[in-house]
Amino acid sequence: MIFLQVALKDLRSELRTKESLNASLSFAVVILLLFSFAFDPSGEAVAEFSGGLLWLVFAFAGALILNRSFARELPNDCLEVLLASPVSGAQLFLGKSIASFVLLLGIELLCLPIFGIFYNLTWTPRFLPLLGIFVLGTWGLTILGTLFSALTVNLSLRELMLPMLLYPMLIPALMAAMRLTTILLSGNDIGGDDLVWLRLLVGFDVVFTTLALALVETILVR
Amino acid sequence: MEKNIRIGIGALAGLLLLRNLYVILFNLPDEMDQGPIYRIFFYHLPAYFTAMCCYLAALAASVLYLTKRDLRYDAVAMAATEVGLAFAAVNLITGMIWGRVIWGIWWAWDARLTWALICWLVYFGYLMLRQAIDDPSERAKNSAVLSIFSFVSVAITYKAIEWWRTQHPGPVLSFRTGKQLIDPGMERMLYANFLALLLLAIVMVTVRLHQETLQRQIDGLRRRAHAL
Repeated sequence: MIFLQVALKDLRSELRTKESLNASLSFAVVILLLFSFAFDPSGEAVAEFSGGLLWLVFAFAGALILNRSFARELPNDCLEVLLASPVSGAQLFLGKSIASFVLLLGIELLCLPIFGIFYNLTWTPRFLPLLGIFVLGTWGLTILGTLFSALTVNLSLRELMLPMLLYPMLIPALMAAMRLTTILLSGNDIGGDDLVWLRLLVGFDVVFTTLALALVETILVR
Repeated sequence: MEKNIRIGIGALAGLLLLRNLYVILFNLPDEMDQGPIYRIFFYHLPAYFTAMCCYLAALAASVLYLTKRDLRYDAVAMAATEVGLAFAAVNLITGMIWGRVIWGIWWAWDARLTWALICWLVYFGYLMLRQAIDDPSERAKNSAVLSIFSFVSVAITYKAIEWWRTQHPGPVLSFRTGKQLIDPGMERMLYANFLALLLLAIVMVTVRLHQETLQRQIDGLRRRAHAL
């Protein structure tokens, strides 16, 4: 269970400085505000694009958290020390993914009521299925994002490279999460043909978690 | 010797392309519903298959690099990806021209089209990542991992016309449908042009590999000159 200790270390470190947490949350609120100028936030059609809007906010805010995931360890050569320690690459990666997941999910749960207020949407009746979609979508985002964070950690252009690599590859999960969130925020239940999106989201998480855990050791070995 | 083989394959590809162009323009009749524009399929579909083959070669070379740590495999992965991107661009552009004539729009946000574009962007990101890393071993290792991840988008693009109800035409080739949905002469021409484009792609990959070898030699000489 070393990965849990890595996750706790990252969470503790982030909660002390609140560097990416504050930046990410304020960025998410700013985007929510900016979107209100692009669409009519009081219109009837707002529920139809609510999922897309919300997940774009999460994806943008998530990039800020994920960028810091491995970059946090760069000062004082902490990453080298972590890699030299008996912690395996997979454990380190899993710990960091869990930490980013918890942070991002926290931000999403804070954004949801703000979104509900700004865009006049009721989200409370279907909160539990929404939470399930948030968990699945956020896991896909963080597992892929943490892997690319490890891939780009030594690059001078990492802030630019991470979203460039992450967003196109994340599209299946984003598409599914957007569609399912829209269904729930429109006051409907997930069922029938919509289950294909749920399967896509679960499949994405399983495939990329397996691939990431299998290949992360290769990336981290110097 | 290697250069002669390359020229030979290139010449064969050129001759095949010329012969196919003649048959496409003068021997094959217009399609009943679409008219003459359907002929663009003889480049659209083979370009897609060629791009897929290049991405598959890049995947195999990346896996081989990670197991054998030989930089030649990394060079193959890079060359195959670059050539694959060029053919994928041909596929996208010819598809857009066909869409403009038949659908009246250049682009439809249809699953197959969107996935083909995503696939292109994912592999473009692969080339961007390569440019951003200076150390050859680090570059080879990280881009090999990214290439493996990127191939998931190729698989999704291939299956998109079955998984989603799309505006894009469904599978028509007999090896995929198990039935003869298009005229056998037209299907044969699709395979013939695929062979020509595949040969062309092989020549392009080997030229790019040759350039990469020269680049490595120049880098080695530069390092030696620097050390002196």
